[in-house]
Amino acid sequence: MEDALIKIVGWLPMLIKATGVTLALTAASVSTALVLAVFLALGKISKDKIISAVCSGYVFFFRGTPLLMQLFFVYYTLPNIFPFMTINSRFLAAWIAFSLNIAAYLAEIIRAAIQSIHKGQFEAAKALGLTYGQTMRLIIIPQAYRRMIPPVCNEFVMVLKDTSLVSIIALTDLTFQTRMIASNKASSLVYIPAMLIYLIITAFFTAIFNRLEKRLSIYE
Amino acid sequence: MSVIRTEKLCKSFGTLEVLRDVDFNVEKGEVVCIIGPSGAGKSTFLRSLNQLETITSGKIFVDGELFLHREKNATVHDSDPAKHKSLLLEMGMVFQSFNLFPHKTVLENVTLAPIAVKQMPKEKAEELGRGILAKVGLSEKADVYPSKLSGGQQQRVAIARALAMEPKIMLFDEPTSALDPELVGEVLGVMKDLAKSGMTMLVVTHEMGFAREAANRVVFMSDGYIAEEGLPERLFTAPQNPRTQQFLNSIL
Ligand SMILES: Nc1ncnc2c1ncn2[C@@H]1O[C@H](COP(=O)(O)OP(=O)(O)OP(=O)(O)O)[C@@H](O)[C@H]1O
Ligand SMILES: [Mg+2]
Repeated sequence: MEDALIKIVGWLPMLIKATGVTLALTAASVSTALVLAVFLALGKISKDKIISAVCSGYVFFFRGTPLLMQLFFVYYTLPNIFPFMTINSRFLAAWIAFSLNIAAYLAEIIRAAIQSIHKGQFEAAKALGLTYGQTMRLIIIPQAYRRMIPPVCNEFVMVLKDTSLVSIIALTDLTFQTRMIASNKASSLVYIPAMLIYLIITAFFTAIFNRLEKRLSIYE
Repeated sequence: MSVIRTEKLCKSFGTLEVLRDVDFNVEKGEVVCIIGPSGAGKSTFLRSLNQLETITSGKIFVDGELFLHREKNATVHDSDPAKHKSLLLEMGMVFQSFNLFPHKTVLENVTLAPIAVKQMPKEKAEELGRGILAKVGLSEKADVYPSKLSGGQQQRVAIARALAMEPKIMLFDEPTSALDPELVGEVLGVMKDLAKSGMTMLVVTHEMGFAREAANRVVFMSDGYIAEEGLPERLFTAPQNPRTQQFLNSIL
């Protein structure tokens, strides 16, 4: 028992360092995806049929294929077809694949939030002379934003766990580090602290997001 | 002087003809009430005036100028964009369901459009906003959110919000229909004050008392056309059209 504890404590620095990669990948991917998703969502509800079709197609593709395949596609297939697209950094490849994938999910969340705003809000804005852009920026997005917070936070926590897929392209995230320790040291004990770390960070973010939700619901 | 005039205004939703050849005119300072059965096209008519609905055909004049002319669902004439916008801004609208911006305080609701659309400096817009809120009796509510207000107060804020754009005509679509009976009076009171101040008003309403007292003219709409119009006293006591008669009997 004491032996096990000593071993686990010994692995902690490596595990914590790898947790940094997991967190960085999650944060970078979700932020990039958010920006992309706003455009995709506005595109999907656009009256322009071509823009709308392109954005719908994007969402359809990325939600309809496995994330792991998309990761392989960005990391292996693209450079094969287009040598100039070779990505030397595993982190960058994962970042791109995750951003593209998450954007499709976030776009649906954002679209649903925008469309949940009562049409009277659009009409009141229009009757007051606001342009489409002003209506979106001043009236619709700020209200939709509050409705988006819970599902977006939920998505963030999901992504945090989904990033463990990158261990397959040998990016040293928490999962990959754990697997390395398990095989090098021949000790499957390492999965215990690793899972605890996942649990602690997801609990941490869930708590922060819950407080954020409460703060944002003041006017309702 | 005519503020809004329509010529042969028609509106269909698909194959459903909702407005048929509506010829209508409001003079400056006039208060006109539109009454009529549900589905007559009253809301659609108001919404067509300020472009919330795109008319199928007909002409709309604002301030004597041709604002829009469409035939067979295609635009024949539209004012240039700047003119279009300025003519549109001459109409303020109040909705049955208030449609206040819930994430903005009362004062922000009122100042938002002057700041965003007219580029009015914030201080000036707030001064204007507070002045208008005082007129509708809501000075002390300037900094609260709409959800904290009663329906009657919310509708008064909606009136203030429209007034802040300094329109030449106010369009009201059943402004008191969503209110509890005890709150109707405060909103009608504000509207009567507005009428006394000389505002041109076009009011779709089921409040016959208000129509009798405040309107210069009452228009009875039925099946998408103006079936009868006249002085309130005359229309209510001696309607000429049997349909008007029938409608008045049904609601009194
Ligand atoms: N967006 C729309 N699409 C299809 N039909 C519509 C639409 N808006 C209104 N209509 C139809 O047009 C007709 C007139 O509607 P409108 O709302 O103008 O009537 P109204 O006189 O205001 O009635 P109410 O007193 O019930 O408010 C109705 O038959 C209605 O169903
Ligand atoms: Mg109506």
